[in-house]
Amino acid sequence: MSSDHTPASPELNGPRSALRRRLLLGMAALPAATLLPGPLSRPAYAQAPATSAVNTTGLAVTDSTVRVGILHSVTGTMAISETGSVQAEKLAIAQINEMGGVLGRKIEFIQEDGASDWPNFAEKAKKLLVNDKAAAVFGCWTSASRKAVLPVFEQYNGMLYYPTFYEGLEQSKNVIYTGQEATQQILAGIDWVVKEKQAKSFYLLGSDYIWPRTSNKIARKHIEKNSLKVVGEEYFPLGHTQFNSVINKIKLTKPDVIYAIIVGGSNVAFYKQLKAAGIDLSKQTLVTISVTEDEILGIGGENIAGAYACMKYFQSLDNPNNKAFVQAFKKMWGESIVIGDVTQAAYLGPWLWKLTVEKAGSFDVDKVAAASPGIEFPQAPEGYVRVHENHHLWSKTRVGKAKADGQYEVIYETADLMEPDPFPKGYQ
Amino acid sequence: MFEGYTLAELGSIFAMQGFAGLILFSVFVLMALGLAIIFGQMGVINMAHGEFLILGAYITYFTSNFFLNYIPALFSAYFFVAMALAFVGAGALGMLVEWAMIRHLYRRPLDTLLATWGLSLILQQFYRSVFGAREVGVELPEWLIGSLPVTDVIEVPINGLFVMALTLMITIAVGVLMYRSRWGKQVRAVMQNRVMAGAVGIDTERVDRYTFGIGCGIAGVAGSAFTMVGSTGPTSGQLYIVDTFLVVVFGGAQSLLGTIASAFVISQAQSTMEFFLSGSMAKVLTLLTVVGILMLRPQGLFVLKVRR
Repeated sequence: MSSDHTPASPELNGPRSALRRRLLLGMAALPAATLLPGPLSRPAYAQAPATSAVNTTGLAVTDSTVRVGILHSVTGTMAISETGSVQAEKLAIAQINEMGGVLGRKIEFIQEDGASDWPNFAEKAKKLLVNDKAAAVFGCWTSASRKAVLPVFEQYNGMLYYPTFYEGLEQSKNVIYTGQEATQQILAGIDWVVKEKQAKSFYLLGSDYIWPRTSNKIARKHIEKNSLKVVGEEYFPLGHTQFNSVINKIKLTKPDVIYAIIVGGSNVAFYKQLKAAGIDLSKQTLVTISVTEDEILGIGGENIAGAYACMKYFQSLDNPNNKAFVQAFKKMWGESIVIGDVTQAAYLGPWLWKLTVEKAGSFDVDKVAAASPGIEFPQAPEGYVRVHENHHLWSKTRVGKAKADGQYEVIYETADLMEPDPFPKGYQ
Repeated sequence: MFEGYTLAELGSIFAMQGFAGLILFSVFVLMALGLAIIFGQMGVINMAHGEFLILGAYITYFTSNFFLNYIPALFSAYFFVAMALAFVGAGALGMLVEWAMIRHLYRRPLDTLLATWGLSLILQQFYRSVFGAREVGVELPEWLIGSLPVTDVIEVPINGLFVMALTLMITIAVGVLMYRSRWGKQVRAVMQNRVMAGAVGIDTERVDRYTFGIGCGIAGVAGSAFTMVGSTGPTSGQLYIVDTFLVVVFGGAQSLLGTIASAFVISQAQSTMEFFLSGSMAKVLTLLTVVGILMLRPQGLFVLKVRR
């Protein structure tokens, strides 16, 4: 029941340039194909290199297919968040197959359910690597699940593409981090709010686990380095639904900026109660790094309108890559769907892997890991990304203002790509 | 812990926290009443209580959408319709569950725990398949949004007042039903001695079914009310179940008065501590206190004297 061998549906159109490239590829292959007799005359795969040359480590690669894994929670409390990632990864795989696959091989995926249970993630990761011989795995969301699978990927030498913005302080040969690490997401946003809103005092709050706590630590260091003040810092258990007390404290301390890193369903309670308590987000500046378009669906746009979010991607980004991406995503998964930051980062995974495999000329994990630094993906919906030596992405940081219709209006972006710095000096 | 505040500030802090505590108290009572009836009166440990609550929330969501799309003129009144539908919907499902599952498990409380836990998983998956894994947002009518300013620091959220009023009404209704009506007498008779109650002509099966149904129906109304402050998703019900059991057990399972008293104590303690300590710390201290008191008084705050 948990294994799903369905090949991704092929009827999707890739980006326009991709389609053209495929046509050219097909035309180039045509003369050769017509000359060859029998089973070798497969136009799309005519130039595919021999399996023995591209796979020397026993991965699940045949002459026409390559197998990868998708490992997310589709049951349990994290299903709400990870559904978007699964959809994005399936879309990317379908588009890549539409273009002729990777090294002439169609991607087949096996989907496993982590079920929001960290030991289970480790089990399933082992299954994907050892039994299924997956050439790459796209998955995980919480830091807890990533920490659980990390030793498995290092022991069995697998390749993981991890899509979530996270706290940093980690780097592995076997992982490509396609979301932002903490400094990329936080520093530019705080600089922006200090400059634009003349903010002098901050109230930090978050859910009580590693990511919000580390992020707030970095935020506090940065705030205090600029001789500004933190007037309060507070954490709540996951799933907390009563924020009246902290809202009272915010009213009493009157901070210039509320800096909120609350995750999941708690957000709904927090923003609804904020509004009910008479805090007007058009007058009171609130910056969040944890509310994407997905969470707004639950919060309700009218409850969060006016808040600022600081991340690298918003569905409303105005560029041709993103337009094609949003259109393809909605065509595959429905018009009413929304796309948040992590969903986009998950979409990058299969594409970066394809580009890396083609640069390396091999599916072998060691070669893919070695070829990863410097890989560029100009067609990324967020604009353009490049893989750093430390396996994180260079990316722009953007500030979006929440609107009542549930979308963000992008009001600021860094001029240049920010360098990923998972081990920031002085912030640990 | 009080340093840094002036006396006037401390005054408004306690006023605000007291009020925040009252809202929390109402939420606790709404969550716990349905459970207390089922657990206290029938001895069934209903682990699916949170899912009945979320059913009420989903019904509210669909009612609000229906009003928004088809009769927008009456949108400001949809909440009352939604609460009635939530009561009927959750109550009907409750009676169905009682008939199909619970009635075979009376006198085996640990088995009801397992069976209803399974039921909660089934319902969660059902919600996920039917409504989708993502959370949904329920739009509130205009009159429920905003707050009444009392002083320049103290403001009273209107939906908080609404929840408090609703809690008061439901509590009085349940009180009258249990202690003043013929049906309430039957429920208490069945609970105290099932065989004897049957012998004097009470239809015990029917009483069980309606009791379970009403308990679940109240959970549905609570879920409907929580759409104002909480999240609505397939697993949101899980967020409430621990707090709910805490309130019921601390109060003494068989006493509705105990449930209310324990909700009051826990909510006020937590609210006041939350202000001077951190949110997580307040929760830990509350739990420790409850555990400490339960060790001294295992039967809870209030005990019903019953001859065994």
